[in-house]
Amino acid sequence: MTTRRTTTTLALLLAAGSLGLAGCSTDDAAAEATSTGTPTTAADAVSIQDAWVKAADEGMTAGFGEITNGGEDELTIVAASTGAAAMIELHETAADSSGEMSMTEVEGGFVVPAGDTLILEPGGHHLMLMDLADPIQAGDEVTFTLTFADDSTTELTATVKDFTGAEESYEGDDPDGDHDTEHEDS
Amino acid sequence: MAASDEGARGRSGSTRRQFLLGGAAAGFGAVAALGAEHVLDRPGAAAQDAPVPVHGTETVPFHGVHQAGITTDAQAYATFVALDLHDDVDREALGRLMRILSDDAARLTQGEAALADTEPELAVAPARLTVTFGFGPRFVERARGAAPSWLHPLPAFEIDRLEPGFSDGDLLLQVTADDQLTVSHATRMLLKDARGFADVRWTQRGFRRAHGSVAPGTTMRNLFGQVDGTANPVPGTADFDEVVWVTEGWMAGGTSAVVRRIHMDLDEWDTVGRAGREQSVGRTQATGAPLTGTREHDEPDFAARTDAGFSVIPEFSHLRRARGVDEGRHDRIFRRGYNYDDAPSGDHVSDAGLIFACFQADVDEQFTPMQRRLAELDLLNRWTTPIGSSVFAIPPGCEPGGFVGDTLLS
Repeated sequence: MTTRRTTTTLALLLAAGSLGLAGCSTDDAAAEATSTGTPTTAADAVSIQDAWVKAADEGMTAGFGEITNGGEDELTIVAASTGAAAMIELHETAADSSGEMSMTEVEGGFVVPAGDTLILEPGGHHLMLMDLADPIQAGDEVTFTLTFADDSTTELTATVKDFTGAEESYEGDDPDGDHDTEHEDS
Repeated sequence: MAASDEGARGRSGSTRRQFLLGGAAAGFGAVAALGAEHVLDRPGAAAQDAPVPVHGTETVPFHGVHQAGITTDAQAYATFVALDLHDDVDREALGRLMRILSDDAARLTQGEAALADTEPELAVAPARLTVTFGFGPRFVERARGAAPSWLHPLPAFEIDRLEPGFSDGDLLLQVTADDQLTVSHATRMLLKDARGFADVRWTQRGFRRAHGSVAPGTTMRNLFGQVDGTANPVPGTADFDEVVWVTEGWMAGGTSAVVRRIHMDLDEWDTVGRAGREQSVGRTQATGAPLTGTREHDEPDFAARTDAGFSVIPEFSHLRRARGVDEGRHDRIFRRGYNYDDAPSGDHVSDAGLIFACFQADVDEQFTPMQRRLAELDLLNRWTTPIGSSVFAIPPGCEPGGFVGDTLLS
C-alpha cells in the first residue's frame, strides 16, 4: 500500500506538510494550545484524503473527501474557498419538513472530534460550490482553502470526476427552490 | 514465471477502506468483534486453526517500469474494451483522462475503492486485478506524439472476415483478475470515468482456468482442447525482454498489443479425428508435446521424417508455419490470450473462440510476418476465422505520482 501515491494524495501531502510548518511558526492558537503540552493549530492536526469534486459546466457543484483530525482537540471548519467558485457553503443532508432529503448550510461549520474522520460524500456532508467561474472538467484539479475556528488555514487539491449521483435538491439559495447540482453535458 | 510473479505479489492486508469503516463508528467495531467471536465459537473453528485461505486479497503492483498485466501470470478472467475518443478530445483532455484512469487503476488494483466509487464494497477483493492501457493510432495523433512505425491496422489477410464491432479503437483497456465480479466493477468504474471523453467501441470478455484449478504458469488450453502458448518467452529473462519491450522514445518500457478475435468452429472441429487434429497443429492434444517429442516443452524436430518420407511435423501444420521453419525466419511474440464462449444461435451449439492477445516490441517485424505465413498456409485455418483485429501501443508503466501515458502527454 505504501507504494501507491496518486497525484492527488501527493499534492495533498505536500500541501498539508508545508502548511503544517507555516502554522507552527505563527498562530495565536498555537500559543493557547501549549497549555495542553501540544502546540498545534487545527491546520496542523488535520489531514485530508481522497478529495474530489463533481464535474460541472456551470452553476453549482459539490466537493467531497475525508477529513481526519489527528490532534487532541476538536476542530471546526468554519469556511472554505476556491478560485473555481464565487462562494462555498458547508452543507449537510437532512430530511426537510416534507420528509424529503435536502441539503442545507451547516450552522457553525463542520466539527471533527479529536481522532475522528469526517467523511464528505454524496448524500451527506459536502462543500457546496456556487457560481462557478469556469466549467470544472473531469481530470482537472481544484484547490481549496479551508479555514478553521482558530483562524488557521490549510489548502487541499481535489480531483474532478464525472459523477451522475449527488443530484439531490438544495434548499435556501434559489428563489425557485428546485434547482440542483445536476449538469448537462452539452 | 510463476516464481518471479509470486515474488511481485503482496497481500494487501486490511485496506484503508476497511480501516475507515472500522474506525468511522465505534459501534460498528463492537459489532464486528461480536461477529468474530461468533465465528471462532463454531465447532471445528478453534482460534488456533489457520483461517480458510482466500486469494481475493492478492495484489499485483500497479506502478513500475512496465505496465502490469503483461508479465503477470495470466489471471482467470479478462475484459478487453476499446474506446473511440470524442471529436473534441485533444492532447490536454487526454492528459486529464489518463490521470483519472490511472488513479482509478492504482486504487482498484490495490483493493481500494476508486474516488467517487458508488460500490466501494466491490473493490475489497482485487484478486490480482491488473489494468493495462493501450493507445490506438488516433490517440497518439491527438496527443501529437511520434507514432511507432508499427502502430496501424494489420494488413488485410485472405482469411480475415473482420467485423468493425470487434476491430480497431483509440484506447484499449485490458482488465484482468481472478474474480469476474472484480473485473466487472473495475471495468465499469473506468468506463464511468472515461465516458466524458470516449464511447465504447467494442467489449470482449474472456476466460481461462479458474485460479487454483491448475498450477500457476500452466500453459492455457483453448476450446479446441489444445495447449496454447507453449513457445512463449519466459518473463524475467533477457529473451523475454528482447521479444517484448520497446527501448526507445516515449514508448521505452512499453510494447505493442495485437488483439484479434478468432472464431473457432467447434461444431466442425468435432468431426476431426484426434490424428487429424494433431497433424493440423503439429502437437499432441494430450500434452502439447511436438509430434516428435513426449513433453510440452521438448524442442520440435522439424527434420524428422516418417517411414514413408513425410515430415512428422507436417508442412501445413500450425507449429511449423508459425515457426517459419521452411522460410528460415523465426519470429517471436508473447501470447496472453483468453477463450470466449458466447451464446450460440441457429442450429449451432457453440459460438466460441479465442481472444488472441499478444505482445511484442514491433508488430511489423515480429507479428505480421508470422501471421502472413499462417494466412498463406495453416491447416487450422479450416476451423478458425479471424473476425476482429486491433493494434495498440502499450505505453510504459508509471511511477507513483505519474500516470500511464505521461511520457507521451506530459
